[in-house]
Amino acid sequence: MKFAIALFSPPHAPSSRRALRFAEAAVAGGHQIVRLFFYQDGVHSASSNVVCAQDELDLPGEWREFVQAQHLDGVVCIAAALRRGVLNAEEAQRYTRSAANLNLPWELSGLGQLHEATQLADRLVCFGGP
Amino acid sequence: MSKSLLIISRQAPWSGPSAREALDIALAGGAFDLPVGMLFLDDGVFQLSGAQQPASLQQKDLSANLQALPMFGVEALYVSQRSLEERGLHQSSSSLAVELLNDTALTALIDRYDQVITL
Repeated sequence: MKFAIALFSPPHAPSSRRALRFAEAAVAGGHQIVRLFFYQDGVHSASSNVVCAQDELDLPGEWREFVQAQHLDGVVCIAAALRRGVLNAEEAQRYTRSAANLNLPWELSGLGQLHEATQLADRLVCFGGP
Repeated sequence: MSKSLLIISRQAPWSGPSAREALDIALAGGAFDLPVGMLFLDDGVFQLSGAQQPASLQQKDLSANLQALPMFGVEALYVSQRSLEERGLHQSSSSLAVELLNDTALTALIDRYDQVITL
């Protein structure tokens, strides 16, 4: 089955952890993930500036490793990211901000990518709330 | 044929960016000519109240963006009767032409759509 996965909650929300575990299970089960789309507070999971204590789960780090290892299409909504201070080098330069905190494998793009993923997938699975 | 998408907007207009971001999904879908519908549920029904004065909260008026929905081809707009009643609101004060749905009709509506996003 082809899944599109949308994440709306911040990295510390349990739903955000469930999203990653669902994505891992989908791949392990032989399914395809056509795209991950991070929206609303979900954009923070793509930030490279989240620092977790050594003995705590580093969810943004796990997402990054998972997306890289599986060569997934990880898209972060640009409008949602900009208003939450999640910027790649290009946007940091465009808006003269001092730092960029979004790197590969994440890509900033628009909501059209969510709609396209929804059309391509058999199922859209959303993770939000607590 | 394109898959249909229902966006369920459940947040009050001035409780954060959620209402605005739900609306943006609908507008983007309309811009791509996709079959998109929008349901205002729970506190989301507050978005429809007319005569709001968001300037006193240093916020932009969301109702102007809501009016853009039909212009973007998003004309399947619904509101939960129960959510309105629970909050003492009435459809006649809505700033947007929306179809009033009881709980049974609401279940049927969600059933009719291929995909659903709740924000």
